[in-house]
Amino acid sequence: MHKRTFLKISALAAATMLSMPLMAYAQNATLKVGFVGVTSGPAASWGVSNQRSMETRAAWLNELGGVKIGDKTYNIEIVPFDDQKDPKRAIAGMEKMAQDGVHYVVGPNVDDGAAAVRPVAEQNGIMYFPYAFPKELFTAPASNAILGMVANYQSGPAIYKFLKENKGVKKVAFVAANESDPLSQRESGIAAAQALELEVVSGNVTYQVDTTDFTPVLLPVIQASPDLLVLSGVSPANAPQLIRSARELGYTGLISTETGQDASVLLEGAGELADGFISVGGASTPELASDTMTEFVDRYTKMFGEYNDESNTKVYALEYILETLKANPAAIDNVDEFKKTMDTFEAANPFMKGDAKLKYVGMTSFGQKRQVSVPLVVNEYKGGKFETLFVGTVD
Amino acid sequence: MEQIIANGLYLGAQYALIALGLTLIFSLMNVLNFAHGQMYVFGGFVTYTVVVQLGLPFIVGLFASAVVLAIMGAAIEKFLFAPVVRRSKRDESTMLLAAGVAFFLDAVILLFFGEKQRGVPKIVNGVLNLDMRIIMPYDRILIGVLAILLIVAFIAFMNYSRTGRAMRALAQDKMAAQLMGVNVSRYSMIGFALGAMLAGLVGGLLVTITGVNLGMGGPTSVKAFLMIMIGGAGVISGAIAGGFILGMMESVGLTVLSAYGDITYLVIFASLMVFLAVRPQGLMGKPWG
Repeated sequence: MHKRTFLKISALAAATMLSMPLMAYAQNATLKVGFVGVTSGPAASWGVSNQRSMETRAAWLNELGGVKIGDKTYNIEIVPFDDQKDPKRAIAGMEKMAQDGVHYVVGPNVDDGAAAVRPVAEQNGIMYFPYAFPKELFTAPASNAILGMVANYQSGPAIYKFLKENKGVKKVAFVAANESDPLSQRESGIAAAQALELEVVSGNVTYQVDTTDFTPVLLPVIQASPDLLVLSGVSPANAPQLIRSARELGYTGLISTETGQDASVLLEGAGELADGFISVGGASTPELASDTMTEFVDRYTKMFGEYNDESNTKVYALEYILETLKANPAAIDNVDEFKKTMDTFEAANPFMKGDAKLKYVGMTSFGQKRQVSVPLVVNEYKGGKFETLFVGTVD
Repeated sequence: MEQIIANGLYLGAQYALIALGLTLIFSLMNVLNFAHGQMYVFGGFVTYTVVVQLGLPFIVGLFASAVVLAIMGAAIEKFLFAPVVRRSKRDESTMLLAAGVAFFLDAVILLFFGEKQRGVPKIVNGVLNLDMRIIMPYDRILIGVLAILLIVAFIAFMNYSRTGRAMRALAQDKMAAQLMGVNVSRYSMIGFALGAMLAGLVGGLLVTITGVNLGMGGPTSVKAFLMIMIGGAGVISGAIAGGFILGMMESVGLTVLSAYGDITYLVIFASLMVFLAVRPQGLMGKPWG
């Protein structure tokens, strides 16, 4: 063989070998999963943690060679849309998903957005996973929405009952932002407290989300001397300031919320004044987190520079979509098949230690399985991190 | 009652400082800077980065905010507003540019500082408690005093420095100032830099108390516009008056009207509509501009 021919063949072989992994990667089909939620403005933290959780998990699965659904292997592509917490934009986002042929969407993050996209989702065969609590989205005849977290009307009663029995709470006060989500959460919180025969000493004080000084807001609430101050639907941006103002006004009772919070934000915004603050968390406490969860946190941190504790819950939606599709590959472009599978679906929960399962729940609250099963972890903030107060389940 | 007044004075001092920068830019260039709130947020994030991420003293963070925002303001004026003002006679051109700058800064903030709420730990611990009649944390008192000192320093600068007098002349009559030898483009740039610097300083001061997040820019701009509409657009004393009036109205409203729900700003906006119908130029503004 001539030297020149040998070199040509060697170069061709080397190029072929080098391109093989790329070809295998490219051979996979693409499964688009959408995200329609808020990634800008004061509530950006909610949606950004959603989107980044999905992108982290998708990149990880793609790196492992993709996801095998039926006899095909798919690379996961996340299609994000920032609805700016505006229902009109949320509708536009869901319409974009329909145009792109997306059948599974995570989001929206708030009540009005989730309610607004319902007709678009139902008309275009889209299953969506809102982080919003209106019951009519999850009860029949609605069937395309799946609640992506534990609702406040599920966590609230559990928290109040625990605090009544263990901390002697008798009088409760509620304060909420003047927006649909916090206000509806306040109403259901008041109902839950009254059902437990707790005295509601203040239940009508509200604040603007852009408030920069909460002292005047909280003054009348603190004067009512509650044992427990509930920050209904409080955003991670407002929580530290409310806690700080309450403590600076001399309030020594308990403070709680039913929304997810971020430990580093509390540390920076309220410091030791936030010690004892009770909130709902996810599955990454040391007692619960599996090795997969730990690796997810590491990968997220590497990709985006900093982890967001809200992702402890937000990590689940994509996993539920993919595992359900694995259980019934016909659902890949047919949400009716997806719905059929939901009733009996069960898979191993990769993010929790032990034999925890991924399964759909919600029979008690909605009369049908339209909620992902994530652990109801109630945390207490102490010294810059969350400690698990108790763990419950939703059926 | 004492508590309401104390809250109102504290809020008023910070609001006045926010409004000063906005009104300065408006008076010099006739530009409604919709990005003023974003500049405030940027200043807060710079202080946060210097103090929390780099571990340097708070005063260094505050200084860094002032310098970064002054440079940013000068650059925005020189490369964006000045050419547009030169080429376009229509006011909406600069308004659209300002809105564009606001969106751009929002994106930059998200890119560099992330989506989370950020805060600098308290710079002074402890709470002043006068028999439960007035409760005020020491850090708020300190920030309130610093804000008032900055306002006084700003007024002194505008009244007694050569640069300040040149800017005042420019604000009163651009043509006359130009004929008297004032370099319009130079002092417009300095004025914009000074306005942006004030926004950055307030952001740096308040990040220790309220924290800062990506979404605070828009609402801050709205409040700043509210203040200068009350006091009179382009009038320094009007901005200060507007800030204190808004702070006091907010404090009174949140206490007195709390039993009726969150109607404080509804009442404030309704009052402002009536007020502007009667006196469209604001408290201290002139009807002719």
